[in-house]
Amino acid sequence: MDLLTVEALERPADDAALRARAAAMPAASPTDALLAGGTWLFSVPQPHLRTLVDLTTLPWPAVSTTPAGVTVAATATIAQLVEQLPHPLVQGCAEALVGSHKVWNVATVGGNIALALPAGPMTTLAVTLDATAVVWPATGGETRLPVADLVVGDRRTLLAAGDVLRAVELPSSALRSRTALRKASLAPLGRSAALLGGRIDGDGAVTLAVTAARARPAVLRFPAAPDTAELDAAVLGLEADGPWFDDPHGTPAWRRAMTRRLAREIVEELT
Amino acid sequence: MKVNGEPVDAAPRPGQCLRTLLRETGHVEVKKGCDAGDCGACSVLVDGTPVHSCLYPAVRAADAAVTTVAGLGTPDQPHPVARAFAEAAGFQCGFCTPGMIVTAATLAPGADRRRGLQGNLCRCTGYRAIDSALDAATTTKPDGRVGESVRAPATEDVVTGSARYTFDVAAPPDLAHLAVLRSPHAHARVLAVDTEAARAVPGVLAVLTAADVPDVLYSTARHDDRLDDPDDTRMLDTVVRFHGQRVAAVIGETLAAAEEGVRALEVRYEVLTPVLDAEAARTSAPIHGDKGPESRIADAAHNVVAALHDGVGDVVAGAVEARAAGGAVVSGTWHTGRVAPTSLETHGSRGELDASGRLVVRTSSQVPFLVRDELARLLDLPRERVRVSTGRVGGGFGSKQEMLTEDLVGLAVLRTGRPVQWELTRTESLTATPTRHPMRVAVTAAARPDGSLTALAIDVLSDAGAYGNHSPGVMFHGCHESMALYRCANKRVDAEAVYTTTPPSGAFRGYGLGQVQFAIESALDDLARELGLDPFELRRRCVVRPGEPFVASHDPGEHPDDLEFGSDGLIECLDLAQAAVARDGDAPPPGEHWRVGTGTAATMIATIPPRGHHAEASLALAPDGTYRLRTGTAEFGNGSATTHAQIAATTLGCRLDQVRAVAGDTDAVGVDTGAFGSTGTVVAGTAVARAAAGLASRVLRAAAARLGADVGECRLGAEGVTAAGLRVDLGELAVLVGGEPSVGRHDGTPRSVAFNVHAVRVAVDVRSGEVRILRSVQAADAGVVVNPQQCRAQVEGGVAQAIGTALYEEIRLDDAGRVVTRVLRDYHLPQYADVPRTEVFFADTSDPHGPFGAKSMSESPYNPVAPALANAIRDATGVRPYRLPMTRDRLWAAFGAPEISDGD
Repeated sequence: MDLLTVEALERPADDAALRARAAAMPAASPTDALLAGGTWLFSVPQPHLRTLVDLTTLPWPAVSTTPAGVTVAATATIAQLVEQLPHPLVQGCAEALVGSHKVWNVATVGGNIALALPAGPMTTLAVTLDATAVVWPATGGETRLPVADLVVGDRRTLLAAGDVLRAVELPSSALRSRTALRKASLAPLGRSAALLGGRIDGDGAVTLAVTAARARPAVLRFPAAPDTAELDAAVLGLEADGPWFDDPHGTPAWRRAMTRRLAREIVEELT
Repeated sequence: MKVNGEPVDAAPRPGQCLRTLLRETGHVEVKKGCDAGDCGACSVLVDGTPVHSCLYPAVRAADAAVTTVAGLGTPDQPHPVARAFAEAAGFQCGFCTPGMIVTAATLAPGADRRRGLQGNLCRCTGYRAIDSALDAATTTKPDGRVGESVRAPATEDVVTGSARYTFDVAAPPDLAHLAVLRSPHAHARVLAVDTEAARAVPGVLAVLTAADVPDVLYSTARHDDRLDDPDDTRMLDTVVRFHGQRVAAVIGETLAAAEEGVRALEVRYEVLTPVLDAEAARTSAPIHGDKGPESRIADAAHNVVAALHDGVGDVVAGAVEARAAGGAVVSGTWHTGRVAPTSLETHGSRGELDASGRLVVRTSSQVPFLVRDELARLLDLPRERVRVSTGRVGGGFGSKQEMLTEDLVGLAVLRTGRPVQWELTRTESLTATPTRHPMRVAVTAAARPDGSLTALAIDVLSDAGAYGNHSPGVMFHGCHESMALYRCANKRVDAEAVYTTTPPSGAFRGYGLGQVQFAIESALDDLARELGLDPFELRRRCVVRPGEPFVASHDPGEHPDDLEFGSDGLIECLDLAQAAVARDGDAPPPGEHWRVGTGTAATMIATIPPRGHHAEASLALAPDGTYRLRTGTAEFGNGSATTHAQIAATTLGCRLDQVRAVAGDTDAVGVDTGAFGSTGTVVAGTAVARAAAGLASRVLRAAAARLGADVGECRLGAEGVTAAGLRVDLGELAVLVGGEPSVGRHDGTPRSVAFNVHAVRVAVDVRSGEVRILRSVQAADAGVVVNPQQCRAQVEGGVAQAIGTALYEEIRLDDAGRVVTRVLRDYHLPQYADVPRTEVFFADTSDPHGPFGAKSMSESPYNPVAPALANAIRDATGVRPYRLPMTRDRLWAAFGAPEISDGD
């Protein structure tokens, strides 16, 4: 939709210009916003905004390989990720997006994570693979932290005004591991009410990411495949961190029950 | 930027989306459906890549090559996908079609259509016709008579994006925009509105508050008799009765100025106690305590809009009789949800003064004549000083049998002297336009062992919401054909519609029947189970038969009615559905947690609403050998434009393309009640048939005189009239007959009945509540089917909408009465992946009261689907669903909220 209060759309010429502009973003009254794909920003009224700072013209390679793994630019579209990083978990998480292929063509990996919707499937992907977020703080420099720590609640992250999510690093070890994905939704292709990613490493360690069913992503780690009781206790142990998520896409009780069952299905598939 | 190969000189604004830029540069084939990337109506290609243009920053496309549906092909060489949509009639209202075709054109052969069409919503077709188009099937023909599957007259326009909807005509250069401030409280008194800051916003032309509007009570609902609905609404009021009610309006040079003005308004409210629970309404403080008898509210002191307490016989005695005979008595209480009609074109209108100073309003409406009349009343103008017309209307489903935008637009035009438009946003549509009435329906049913009913009683509580628009009609209609379908000596109806401080309920496909039938048809399923009878057989034994009276809650001898059993395909429908559901279908998924069951429901509907529904049609023969058809009824995907052309062409013996129609305009004919109550074919179609017969007779008489032949010898054909080897051409006959049109009229009486029987086989996952429809069939008694492909699609579309109601859709309110399902991502319309194919059967009947033997078939296919699904779920799982929608989480809870255990 038209953002009728927006008076300027700035397109920084290079990284330095972006960082200078981001550093000047007011924290108290957020009249400026970073624009990635725009598929969320342009989907709801934003009457508080006056300026958009477009990240998508910066020459960040969408997907690049390093000795440590794969770096995905925050501005990589979901379509680019699917095309350039063939991996069943990437495909599955992309398909978990409630948006269409037309959204894949525009929506970005970084935008999906920074938006921090509980059902954001790029968060699920990143958390399942123990991905690291590369952040350019408004105050300068560069920091790294697990994506699982970056997203702290429904529509909440640790990113402050002017902080730029630059990239997501997927470690090669995790990319080599076998993964599984399960989703519960009120409709066949509906928004996720529970989205669980699982991974088993070469040493037998199992990592389980619980998203959508909870306001923030949760990671359960087991040195070896857990038995059903251990797994179930770990899933239910999440309740100490707060209630199951509640919105029109599923009741908390149902999300809990689906999460318990899907967690078991994932471990069964992986072992 | 290049659009469809042509350079476009456009300066994108910083916050502008591509869709708006395209529409502003004349590419109105790109539609605004949801404005949020959910519906796909705005789909275009940017450098070959499909995107939702409503989400795409226009600045980004400044150097791109953009392709819209109009650029996919040329008029001479349409794109193969566009041609396929034409030949398979892959559309009804057509508002989703440009985006659907653009998207479909990018699908590789063999692509997964479930995923490929995930972002394209169609509210009309139920997707089967779209599937046929993608299969390149030809299900239509360009020409033909009544009974043949001819193409809609607007087909080429729709599939190439040339069809013009409400806002697709050029905007006057001085067009102003209207925006409204909406209440942040479910119930409050507006103490003061400070408009000073708003008036000071640059570009703001006017601000309207309750002090600025006519002090006239009216109803947003429109009926032929304006007294049908309580006059309980003001254009802008000093009391707001639902969260989202309009409080003030700002008119601006631009939409941005109008919205800025809205944000600058300062309002002081005195918050009043909300009434959110219909059960508590009758003992709560009056919501419309300020209204007198002139508002025609049944009992304002107790928040009762309308009430019906009546019966025949003695239902208690009937239950005793059933038990004594060794039969059964069942009872239960069912609830239906708040459902949004969600036509893809939102409500909106554009008004201006013409050269003579007449107020002219172009609007997205099913009832332009009724809007004209009420607008004149509200604005204190003579009726002839108001003209209301429609373009092609992008869906309605009942929701456009209301006056929701025209009043403020009309007033704003008069106050500013400027053309003014107001187009509702999707969120306004979901939060502040009328929904289906949520109902609580308790049923008691009793029968002897042979299935003959001895008692049928319902107790209905209908939630009107904040205003009474359509609430009396929906309640009375809902309790009529649902009860009258069954023969039973002892019947009782206790029904009340009550005010709450929630968004108003209104007209919605089925008009109350579906809610009550969900309950009655579920109860009868329980009754069949108790009696050990097959549910189809139970219905065969207790449904009303020709010659028997239609009894709902009183003896029709006391209140004579014009409802007649014109034709009877009911038993045939039961037979067809029973046989069809037993064969074919998908296999259930593996695993013992998938339980399989079958269910059915039968429904009846009157072919015309009661107490008057009028239509006029006129036909004239033009010197070029074409016929000029004028009707009042609007085309909103119901297909009436097609059936009218077929009826005229069949009567006049001409080709379809010789019939040139003008419709949906108060200047076109003298009277038209409107396109609601499934009347497009039976009422307006009869008027067309009568006009055509009248004109044919005049033409034949003129030809007979010209040829010196007997009228009986003359044959009217596509080129002219022949007799005894001689011919006189239509062009010459046009001169002989003169330009005076022949006029036909129908006044909506007598009325007949139509029937629908739905049957499904489902698999239900008792661990998750997931329902998979393995087989879906519907048998419909539509009389003579004027256009089989179109009628089939009406049934399929009704089934799809009902699947949404049954399994997915619900407008949800929070504890403060605020709607939380504010975008389509949170209000799940059935998408391609959600809708199974439904096999459709037609009973072989002909009705004496409809044109060419036709009956209505628009609303009714929707009605039996939810109870059929509920009955199948009951059959599969042993658990009776009592509440719609039967979402997975709700069914799972009904199954006892099973969780995994170590023993699993």
